[in-house]
Amino acid sequence: MLRVEGLDLFYGDAQALDGVTFEVKEREIVAVVGANGAGKSSLIRTIHGMHRPRAGSIRFEGRDIVGQPSHRICELGIGQVAEGRQIFPSLTVLENLEMGAALRRARAQEKASLERVFGLFPRLAERRRQAAGTLSGGEQQMLAIGRCLMGCPRLVMFDEPSLGLAPIVVYDVFEVIRRLNREEGITVVLVEQNVAQSLRFADRGYVIENGRIVMEGSGPALLADDGIRRAYVGL
Amino acid sequence: MRARVLLSLLAVALVAAPFVVSGYLVSVLIVALYFAYVGQAWNIMMGFAGQLSLGHALYVGLGAYTAAALFVQSGVPPWLGLIAAIIVAMAFAAAIGFLAFRFGISGVYFALLTIAFAEFTRIGFDHFGWVGASAGLFLPVSQRSGSDLLALRGTPTMFYYVILALAAGAFALSRWLLTSRIGFYWMAIREDQDAAQALGIDTFRYKLAAVVVSAAMTSIAGVFFAFYYNNLFPEQIFSIGRSIEIILGPIIGGLGTLFGPVLGAFVLQLLAEALREGVSALGLEIPGLTQVFYGVCLLVVVMFLPNGVWPPIARRLRL
Repeated sequence: MLRVEGLDLFYGDAQALDGVTFEVKEREIVAVVGANGAGKSSLIRTIHGMHRPRAGSIRFEGRDIVGQPSHRICELGIGQVAEGRQIFPSLTVLENLEMGAALRRARAQEKASLERVFGLFPRLAERRRQAAGTLSGGEQQMLAIGRCLMGCPRLVMFDEPSLGLAPIVVYDVFEVIRRLNREEGITVVLVEQNVAQSLRFADRGYVIENGRIVMEGSGPALLADDGIRRAYVGL
Repeated sequence: MRARVLLSLLAVALVAAPFVVSGYLVSVLIVALYFAYVGQAWNIMMGFAGQLSLGHALYVGLGAYTAAALFVQSGVPPWLGLIAAIIVAMAFAAAIGFLAFRFGISGVYFALLTIAFAEFTRIGFDHFGWVGASAGLFLPVSQRSGSDLLALRGTPTMFYYVILALAAGAFALSRWLLTSRIGFYWMAIREDQDAAQALGIDTFRYKLAAVVVSAAMTSIAGVFFAFYYNNLFPEQIFSIGRSIEIILGPIIGGLGTLFGPVLGAFVLQLLAEALREGVSALGLEIPGLTQVFYGVCLLVVVMFLPNGVWPPIARRLRL
């Protein structure tokens, strides 16, 4: 579904991504794990058209999307739940969700999408008139996911959805992502620092270090790797 | 409902004002309405879309010079000149917006860019012979027997109603924009541009739209300025001081609100005028007093009412 090959990204002279190659198949959950600053967010933002790579290709369903502006990439069905949630704090929950249906592909289904999001997250329905900034961290993360779903994406990239959340809430967020994948067939790219949990959860994983993919494999296989256990899992 | 009643009362008071108050007060009200109008135009860009322009005098000047020069040099009637003025201002705005947003210039750097363009243009016009260069451009003033709206020549009362209509039109347009799809996208961009982009909002296009709409509206104020004051100097009309005057009203009144620019302009202009009168009644002449007064107002608002004067009043009135 998504194929990234030899992606190089520079911020000025500093190289953020170095020949990144990875692939996501339809209906898969793929985790890209690595330490802070390894290039995970850069990767997502580059796929989403927010940075222009110096070299490499990004193909979505066979079509090269490098150089396309973000809104076009969204129209193709690639959604993003950005790091730190990025909700609009002074707007209400409902307005935040409506903002998610800005895409042409999503406008006609706005009502149905709203029902679907409220079905997934009853808490958001209860608080629809409340300013989004007054929600708890976990609720804000749910709102960010719901808002992304309003755009009817087929592939969603999650950037550190567990960041700053209590362990029990992290569990809920991961559960929601799993449901979206299983029940709605949404393909998932999960970028995480929370290595153990995301590898346990993903079908396949990639390990990124200093902008380079250094290892790939099935989630359990990577988790069993001694190097990874020592470096990231702390066992 | 309450808002509608209050708005109607305000409208009636403003329409009736020239019949009630003195000619001197009408001229003060013209200035206040002028700033309410340009404030509203600037508010679309900054208050709605979050793009800070510190060079809005550019569009006032372009509008003023385009219509006035066409009138003086070729006898083009002001309402046709107005269309030309709008087109020129929109072209400049589109060029500046394109440069800035295509290359990701935002925030403080964008504001600096707007200042730079206003300054370039001021210096350019200082050497632009066709419009009188630094010696200024003067519109012929004949003895007025009556008011001629088509030629935009007439009594202060006529100009009063012209600027009142403009201010009302800008208010209505802002209101409509706020509730439209584009107003919604502007809000998203203002709140968090990255998030807006991640949702698939074409931030480039909507930011550009904000700049162009705001510039077009501001250029109309320039045409009004030219035909009301009848003389134009690049050093005055394009100066950064003018740009600052434009933005004080909306900031003091309340950024991003509909009434903020109107309230801010009236509070500032009426108080400044009262201060000037009061000081001169004491037989004193203090140059720069108005600027000091503006500064004090700004300081007070920033310290005690960071959202502007209007939001707390709106709450008190339960609007």
